[in-house]
Amino acid sequence: MKHLLQIFVYLPLLAFFISLFIDKKKEKSLANIAIASIGLHSLVLLIIAVLWMLDKFITIDYKHLVLYKSEKFEFFINFYFDTTTAVYALVGSLISLSVTVFSKYYMHRDEGFKRFFNTLLFFYLGYNFVIFSGNFETLFIGWEILGLTSFLLIAFYRDRYLPVKNGLKVISLYRLGDVCLIVAMWMAHHIFHKNITFNELHNAVFLNEVIAEHPLYIQTMCLLIVIAVSIKSAQLPFSSWLARAMEGPTVSSAIFYGSLSVHLGVFLLIRTFPLWNNILLIKVVLIAIGIFTSIIASGIASVQSSVKTQIAYSSITQIGIMFIEVALGFHILALVHFAGNAFLRTYQLLVSPSVLGYLIHDMVFSHVPTQHASENTTIAKLKNTIFILNIREWNVDIFLYNFLWKPFKWIGNRFNFIDKSISIAIISLLFLTGILHIILDEFLPTSVILYLDVLYAFLAFIFIVKAFTERKNAIRAWLHIIGSQLLIALAISMNEHIDFFHIFLYLSGILVAAIVGLVCLLRIKAIDNDISLNQFHGYAHEQKGIAALFLICCLALLGFPLTPTFIGIDLLFTYIHTHETLLIICIALGFILIEVAVLRIYARIFLGQHKKAYHPIAYRSS
Amino acid sequence: MSEKQFDEYHILHELKHYLPSQTPLKDFIHHNSLHAFQHMKFYNAIFKASKIFGYQATLQLDEFRTLYETGRINDAVLDKIITERRGKDQLSEWKRNVLSKKYDDSITPRIGMLRSQWKEIYHLNLDNSVQPFLFRILAGYLDQGISIWEFPHSEQGFLAAIRALEKNSFTSFFKTGRAKKLLHENITITDLLKIIVGNESYFNQYIFDQQFSHRGWSGMVATIEERPDTLFDTRIISLNDVIILELLLEIDTLDDQLGKNWQPLSVHLNQPPVDLFEDVPVTELQEVFKILQDAFEWSYYDVVLSGILLNNQQNKSQIPSKSFQAIFCIDERECSIRRNIETADPEGETFGCPGFFGVEFYFQPQGAKFYDKLCPAPVTPKYLIKETNVERSHEHETLYTQKTHTFLTGYFSTFILGLWSAVRLLQHLFKPKMSPAISNAFAHMHKEATLTIENKDINDIENNLQVGFTVDEMAARVNGLLKGIGLIKDFASVIYVVGHGSSSANNPHHGAHDCGACSGRPGSVNARVFAFMANHPKVRECLQQNGITIPEATQFVGALHDTAADRIEYYDTEILYASNKELHKKNSISFEYALDLNAKERSRRFASINTKQDIKKIRKAILDRSVSLFEPRPELGHGTNTLCIVGERKITRGLFLDRRAFLNSYNYKTDLNGELLTGVMRPLGPVCGGINLEYYFSRVDNQKLGAGTKLPHNVMGLFGVANSSDGDLRPGLPWQMIEVHDPVRLLIIVEHYPEIVLMSIQSSPEMYEWYINEWVHVAAIHPETNTVYYFQDGVFKQYHPFDNNISTVNDVHMMIENATEMETNNIVHATQENMPVYLHK
Repeated sequence: MKHLLQIFVYLPLLAFFISLFIDKKKEKSLANIAIASIGLHSLVLLIIAVLWMLDKFITIDYKHLVLYKSEKFEFFINFYFDTTTAVYALVGSLISLSVTVFSKYYMHRDEGFKRFFNTLLFFYLGYNFVIFSGNFETLFIGWEILGLTSFLLIAFYRDRYLPVKNGLKVISLYRLGDVCLIVAMWMAHHIFHKNITFNELHNAVFLNEVIAEHPLYIQTMCLLIVIAVSIKSAQLPFSSWLARAMEGPTVSSAIFYGSLSVHLGVFLLIRTFPLWNNILLIKVVLIAIGIFTSIIASGIASVQSSVKTQIAYSSITQIGIMFIEVALGFHILALVHFAGNAFLRTYQLLVSPSVLGYLIHDMVFSHVPTQHASENTTIAKLKNTIFILNIREWNVDIFLYNFLWKPFKWIGNRFNFIDKSISIAIISLLFLTGILHIILDEFLPTSVILYLDVLYAFLAFIFIVKAFTERKNAIRAWLHIIGSQLLIALAISMNEHIDFFHIFLYLSGILVAAIVGLVCLLRIKAIDNDISLNQFHGYAHEQKGIAALFLICCLALLGFPLTPTFIGIDLLFTYIHTHETLLIICIALGFILIEVAVLRIYARIFLGQHKKAYHPIAYRSS
Repeated sequence: MSEKQFDEYHILHELKHYLPSQTPLKDFIHHNSLHAFQHMKFYNAIFKASKIFGYQATLQLDEFRTLYETGRINDAVLDKIITERRGKDQLSEWKRNVLSKKYDDSITPRIGMLRSQWKEIYHLNLDNSVQPFLFRILAGYLDQGISIWEFPHSEQGFLAAIRALEKNSFTSFFKTGRAKKLLHENITITDLLKIIVGNESYFNQYIFDQQFSHRGWSGMVATIEERPDTLFDTRIISLNDVIILELLLEIDTLDDQLGKNWQPLSVHLNQPPVDLFEDVPVTELQEVFKILQDAFEWSYYDVVLSGILLNNQQNKSQIPSKSFQAIFCIDERECSIRRNIETADPEGETFGCPGFFGVEFYFQPQGAKFYDKLCPAPVTPKYLIKETNVERSHEHETLYTQKTHTFLTGYFSTFILGLWSAVRLLQHLFKPKMSPAISNAFAHMHKEATLTIENKDINDIENNLQVGFTVDEMAARVNGLLKGIGLIKDFASVIYVVGHGSSSANNPHHGAHDCGACSGRPGSVNARVFAFMANHPKVRECLQQNGITIPEATQFVGALHDTAADRIEYYDTEILYASNKELHKKNSISFEYALDLNAKERSRRFASINTKQDIKKIRKAILDRSVSLFEPRPELGHGTNTLCIVGERKITRGLFLDRRAFLNSYNYKTDLNGELLTGVMRPLGPVCGGINLEYYFSRVDNQKLGAGTKLPHNVMGLFGVANSSDGDLRPGLPWQMIEVHDPVRLLIIVEHYPEIVLMSIQSSPEMYEWYINEWVHVAAIHPETNTVYYFQDGVFKQYHPFDNNISTVNDVHMMIENATEMETNNIVHATQENMPVYLHK
């Protein structure tokens, strides 16, 4: 039976590929493929779930496919099926199926009908990767897909400013979570000396041994996971993105932000429960996050005057409670809670436009004007304070901006003196040194090498920051990003005797993407000789093909599971040792920013309000 | 706009004039989106508005050219228009200009130029930091029932409430000290502008830039300031308050981000302020647009006019005996149901008049705490009609309860309601049916209820409104209506008075689908009230004195037609005499059949319904649409409206107008001097013209003047929709309502002598403005010569239509089955489904 598990990812994948090749005018075929595949998926799921129950709920673990193998590293896809998977899969497929049927009519004649259904299928693929995953690597594939599809659906109305802005905002936060997860995976790899599967986490003896050996590492790793799940599930202090994500069609908000996507944090918590079950600190942190979030989010929900954000904050409140449930070990309760919350919020979002008619009608018959009493007590004062804080969303947005993004901008501005010629000079000089070192072997003294890799990584980081803060020229930003990638590869090559095939794997996707991406940008530049990053250009309106190609380049460059680079990234990380804190920090920070920098280029050039106003263009504020 | 002295009062007045005036969505009233420019000629107005505010004022150039290629702009008409405008010798040159010359057709608006300087100079986007927060405060203050925690001190007024909150709390809306301090001082807009802008000559431009960067919210505030009663839970707010808060938030942001390192904006400026309202230079491109728009309009009008003339030539005999008469709303959606009823029963006769049937009043449903206005928006009624004697079991939908949003009850409800919502979701998907969450046109008034229509004691007054109408008041209204539509003799035994409404699910804009003449509500009460009045023996006596003798045997029956679900409900049928009951039974069978036909006719526009399938299945599918949560187009509203025909049914009966014509019955023979005509014509500009222009502008610029696609809409505070929580309100019509609309101005065609029509439209300046400024076209059909006179530049001139080949169809519904379908989903192709004029049997 375990071999059947692969169906759950191959089916949506197949449907996605078929859907890609269908003419955008054929709405019925597009919708029916999605409905049929998700329907079939649900059917298979039901059969397997029944068989599994008859088989006394025994966990299924299936090592499916080894993508890469070397002596010390094995990258493989692993599937897994237990109660948690079963609940998430059943709820997920029922909601997805309903929403797909709903969308078939709801999205009729929308400009982006095909885009919507493709993204929906891709999302479904990612969701299944996550919930059926048996190890971190498999889960991470799904996690990345979800992040990307989130961006694409939030920025679905790509010709308006706010969706694009909020899409970027959300994916920046997501990226932070992703990198936390990558680093956690890297730590896990070093702690366990292998790519651990979720099934192996249940081996208490083995686990306790390892924990006893590296208590600090395990704690750090778990904290990183906590950050990742808090972001995904919109817990404090990351809550405000969920309200900003309600930009796409109501159906996409319902499936993503009302239900499935936001609950994946809870899922990962349940999955990693054995890891932190015996660490008090993590439990306390989780419960604290849960309590704070649920209290504050319910307060914010109570002052929301837009129906979708109200539902968003209500959902966050319940997820906060789920965190507490999971931390306390009530997993079945948490799963039932998840199912209830997911269904309820999906439904509420889908019917949210009705609220106007319904509540107005209700008001006609039962409105009671508020009796205003002017109190001057401390309690009244406290209430007012909380009211203002709720309206301000407890300033979490400002907090995040000041602590997360402002420092990068600050750094970027400090390095303003690096202009084009200096960049080229630095790169060539360093490259020469590095390559000479690799070729001549032992060309540089060891003491220098020790710092050289950190220097390369740091420069790579600076290059990315430069790209992130670049205002004038998209091509320059792009070149900085490419430079940074080369520097990272070099930094790691310095590190020890590296298998050059790994470097090749890493750079293979990146270089092709870099060159094609550059050509795309040059083509755009040729149109109006204007590729500044100071404004949105909205070229997707007239250059749909280039826009799509450039997006693929961006994804390949970022190590999205499209090219071998994806495995390469994982491999490169294995060369970084646990004691190389500086190196890992530089590289991790770079990885956070690179996605933001790359997608920023994509968004500024291709999305947003089209700059040529010969057709109706939405206001910036709409 | 004067540049010398900044005058706050004046600028606020100007602003309110130009801001969108859409009321909260529960009172959706169609109006000319560019009402502020109505004192100018149509083309001058739209090009000026376009230059100032960046609106797209006509179809895009390539859209027009596609229309030409697909034959929807007639070549001969285009030639004629070019010749008329440019002379024969320039025909070929201008034809080239119009059809192939390359123009730079992008629009650079004047608005927003001044405030964009903040970004240029300080790399600071004020709107990004100020707007989301300002909108949240505004929405919180105006909120009608979404938020659970009401804005504290809201009774004191907007700015006062904020002051009170600030004073009475440990935190603040502001980040810095200066703004907070200023709030509590008695500051004016001028004071704040001096801090932010500096030089007084830029103030006007700055305020316009600022308020038009979120015209939706500002417009809503201005409207509520003007008419506080438009919100149930009233709020005291003014544009002045909002501008002050916004300026304070701007100061706050500038202080916070730049500290002391900023100076008033005008310090950095070299260019003089721009006069936003300065005249717009005339360009060749404008002329191209004028030619194309005229050609597009006349390509349709011309066919319609020749169709009418042709139809008039075909001598039709009077209907010998009438099985019934039915009075409908002039609404163009009723154009097809009337035709279908006449097909179902050729002995039936139909009439049209504005759907409030001449009775204006407020309606109070039983148990309601508020009144519904049921008459055209500009009218202020003095009467109240109450619904009584009925148990209104007000149904609730548990899944909507706000209890799911709080901490504890939310917790339990996720468990309890969670699974149930999964069940409900599946139900909605596979078996849609009416539920309390769906706007139901028939729920507006309870069928079994008694209405307090007759006033027997003139001291019976509630809230300054007289409860019911006295006999004289009733008689005056019935008399006015019957004379207006020319129904003064040959009465049938049963006369239906059919209002209309529309049921739809998940649709914040449902008010826009209801009857425009009833302030965006169903017309059921009006129909029933009118029927009651016309049946009243004393009213009949008064009518007799006025020369209208309604036979004893004649009875009026009120009814409501649901234009989305295609259902009819009749009221008070128990009062019918036995013989009339029999007739009614027979008639209602014809009506049912007509509704089937109507559903079939409408279904051709809906991709999800196969027009060729069994007619009963189509009817069911149409009914399901109106209760389906996933259906963003329960009906297509007023899409495609283009014509308004004032005259006897005779001139349009036998003509297939594809639901594009408002039909107002009027008989010139009974009104040779045109005394009644003025009354008939008066509402046509604001009501039909308003609808038509709102569709026009929402279609040509669905982003700036329309509401954009409704799929992402998020209901704000129960009064409006926005795309995003941080976004501006979106007034205007959503994309789903305007897709099939041809943006063509309304052509009013009146059957009367041109000089009488001229006299009538000139009777008041407000009315004349619509015509002389060309916001609507008007033509007269000369009743004796059967020729057309078109009104232009103040005079009626004879118009000779081309020899259009108008074909005759034997079976309209066969033709509908085989009608052209749009090539693609592209909006230019969507209107390919709009049909030409046919004669039918």
